[in-house]
Amino acid sequence: MHVLEVKEITRRFPDLPHPAVDSVSFRVEPGEIFGLLGPSGCGKTTTLRIIAGFESPDSGTVLIREREVLSLPPERRKVGFVFQDYALFPHLSVIRNVMFAMKGTPARLRETRAAELLRMVGLIHVDHRMPDELSGGQQQRVAIARALGADPQLLLMDEPFSNLDVALRDTTRREVRALLKEQGLNAILVTHDQEEALSFCDRLAVMNAGKVEQVGKPEEVYHHPRTAFVAQFLGRANLFEGDAEGTIAHTALGPLLIRPEAHGRVLLSLRPEHIVLTRGDGGSQEGEVVAREFRGHDLTYRVRYQDRSIVAHTDYTHSFYPGQRVQLTAREAAVVLRDLNGRTASNPGGSHG
Amino acid sequence: MTDATPAARSRRAGRSNPPWYLLIAPAAVAVVMLVPLVYLVVRATEADAATLAALVLRRRNLELLGNTLLLTGGVVAATTLIALPLAWLVVRTDIPAVRLVTFLGVLPLSVPGYVMAYALLSLGGNYGFLARVLGIVVARPAGYWGALAALTLYCFPYVFLNVRASLAGMDASLEESARSMGYGHREVLRRVILPHLTPALFSGWLIVAIYVLGDFGAIALMRYEVFSYAIYTQYSGAFDRTYAAWLSLMLLALAMVPVLLEGRLLRGARYARTGTGVARSLRRIRLGAWKIPALFFVAVVVTGSIGLPFGILAYWLSVRPPWTELARVGQAFLYSAGAAAPAAISTVLVALPIAYLRVRHPSPLSHTAERLAYVGYALPPLSLALAMVFFSLRLARPLYQSLPLLVVAYMISFLALAMGPIRASLLQAPRRLEEAARSLGFSPFAAFVRTVVPLLRRGMFASTGLVFVVAMKELPIAFLLAPTGYVTLSLAVFSRTSEAMHVEAAPYAAAIVLFSSLFVGLLLRHEGKE
Repeated sequence: MHVLEVKEITRRFPDLPHPAVDSVSFRVEPGEIFGLLGPSGCGKTTTLRIIAGFESPDSGTVLIREREVLSLPPERRKVGFVFQDYALFPHLSVIRNVMFAMKGTPARLRETRAAELLRMVGLIHVDHRMPDELSGGQQQRVAIARALGADPQLLLMDEPFSNLDVALRDTTRREVRALLKEQGLNAILVTHDQEEALSFCDRLAVMNAGKVEQVGKPEEVYHHPRTAFVAQFLGRANLFEGDAEGTIAHTALGPLLIRPEAHGRVLLSLRPEHIVLTRGDGGSQEGEVVAREFRGHDLTYRVRYQDRSIVAHTDYTHSFYPGQRVQLTAREAAVVLRDLNGRTASNPGGSHG
Repeated sequence: MTDATPAARSRRAGRSNPPWYLLIAPAAVAVVMLVPLVYLVVRATEADAATLAALVLRRRNLELLGNTLLLTGGVVAATTLIALPLAWLVVRTDIPAVRLVTFLGVLPLSVPGYVMAYALLSLGGNYGFLARVLGIVVARPAGYWGALAALTLYCFPYVFLNVRASLAGMDASLEESARSMGYGHREVLRRVILPHLTPALFSGWLIVAIYVLGDFGAIALMRYEVFSYAIYTQYSGAFDRTYAAWLSLMLLALAMVPVLLEGRLLRGARYARTGTGVARSLRRIRLGAWKIPALFFVAVVVTGSIGLPFGILAYWLSVRPPWTELARVGQAFLYSAGAAAPAAISTVLVALPIAYLRVRHPSPLSHTAERLAYVGYALPPLSLALAMVFFSLRLARPLYQSLPLLVVAYMISFLALAMGPIRASLLQAPRRLEEAARSLGFSPFAAFVRTVVPLLRRGMFASTGLVFVVAMKELPIAFLLAPTGYVTLSLAVFSRTSEAMHVEAAPYAAAIVLFSSLFVGLLLRHEGKE
């Protein structure tokens, strides 16, 4: 049984030329933390709001535990929602915010149960403070405690970590994930941060311009991107075209192993860490280092190669400087992308983030 | 449920369509407002063509129009001449006692136009203040200049408040960057500060224009022939109903002009700060030797707008202490409150769903509902009241000169006033609070009551207070719609002053002024929060 099934939902807004959500489908399995990842304006938040019932799709269906919920108002869907700015009720204390969620619980049990939840998120010591007296991280955990107070079947989180500063974000993320796993809760996380999505989610859907481009486990999506957008959104990628003959493609970088098998003109993606740089000796696949970026644990080079710019990561043992000639070798098979829609080869700029 | 149409679904679950019960209030307002107005049109066009032509093409109408425009323009100009320098002094210079000067710049609002006219009138004449105290007999101010003075002295705080807020909210770096680009003080004033003040000036002028067009007390006492004066004489003397209806319609059309104009002039104007940095406040300019003329200016304004009415009232009260009159003043106060209190409560109850619709369900419909409230505010009170009179006489006889009709007319007239504070506090209660409550299992109505209403309490309180105090001193609508024998404070002042019984009017006027000072207090408090 799926916890959630979203089928072909589409939502148009009158002032937008294309649908904000364009026949989006995915499923969430029991116990799973699912991610919706994409740039701002890709429709991920609208999708989440449709699941919660704050928006209605123009077409499509949403099933929670195999029950159609579009006909239900938000209050009857048993879906918890954690807002980006937490939406704590400013006139209620921390514990009252959590108790507010326990409509179905007998009044005398509410306080005990709310205290339990606050203890779980480590905030029992601030239970009688007002929301504006808490730090951002504390407010965020109150929001989660409150959402759990209603005993939801599914927890939806809309960029819940984006208002936290970097130092706090990592720890809060880890704690929340541990908490969700411990409680066996199903959750959907909306984020534009690929690192967050890869580390927090069990599976994720990458969205772009209202459409789901790919669904899969973080490793799958990262290592086997299906489209140029996915390849570039989840880290840097070198894109170039080639002529495929089965498991080999002839490219500007010479013949490369590819996967899956393909024939004819293809668009390929090769991650920067899958390129090996060696000192040039006048061979055919040589380029010139044009930029060097030291990042502590590794180095990023930008190499000028036959009128294109290629990005490569190397470990700290290699050290090249701008102006040096280097030999480029692929150490993994390049990934065949599905789209060949006019994206020019090797477009590493703008792919980060 | 899969066979349900998307539209049907969104009605049930989505937020795009507001719940039906929110539409009751705007629909009721539209009906209550439009039916009498339509009836006014019907009443105006009942006569035969020849009579109509004679009424409408009368030369006197042109004179009335000219006078009305002259008075409105004059008051707008005069209030600006007082308010602009005063606001600048208070915000941008080191003038002493800033808080006191600011308070004195707003206090005249507690002296309604007809009380100001009363004070001016009792200054001159054979038995006037000047004759009694100083033995000087001066002519009573009357006509254009009398009306101009009374209305200017009452209205300038509206412009002052707007300009002051805008000046105070101006980012110092705008001015400083202009200076660094080589512009002098004067050029900065002309090219940076004045354009920045334009929206504030426009909205101040709009309020003043609406007030002057709708005013009836001051011009009736000063006997200056504008539309509302003509309506008054038609009503109280030669009661030609068709002509009165026509005059009301003409005045109404005139009152819609500034409303439309403001929208057009401000369209596309952007004055918000565009940067993300923190706005810096401005350094005050040292007045130095200019301090003396500046204080003299303030003194003149304060003497005219506050010293005069308060002094006159104090004088009349000392001439004849009001002790024997107190019981009747109390009765009049109760009458005023008896209309103002239900008006305030019903206005806020109607304003709440309209403001909510506008903020949460923006659509052409909710926009229209909000505009309706502003149109109600701009409706000249005499036109509105006369429409109500005609309507009730013809179609709802039991309502004629009944308290409920008076309350409804107040509600239409003051709805926009109640919207301001409610809207401001609604905007501070984000939609997500309601969504959070709904995802926690609360119905839309319960979510609103439990999460938004607690945050609205302050705004609703401010709105109720505003409407109550404004309705307490209201004159023209009470004049036409109050039940027989229902003599409110304002009606008592008006009837006694128009008979030149200045001593007798004093206790009633004093009660209004004292009570209206509350309004000023509320206004200042509310303004501080926005």
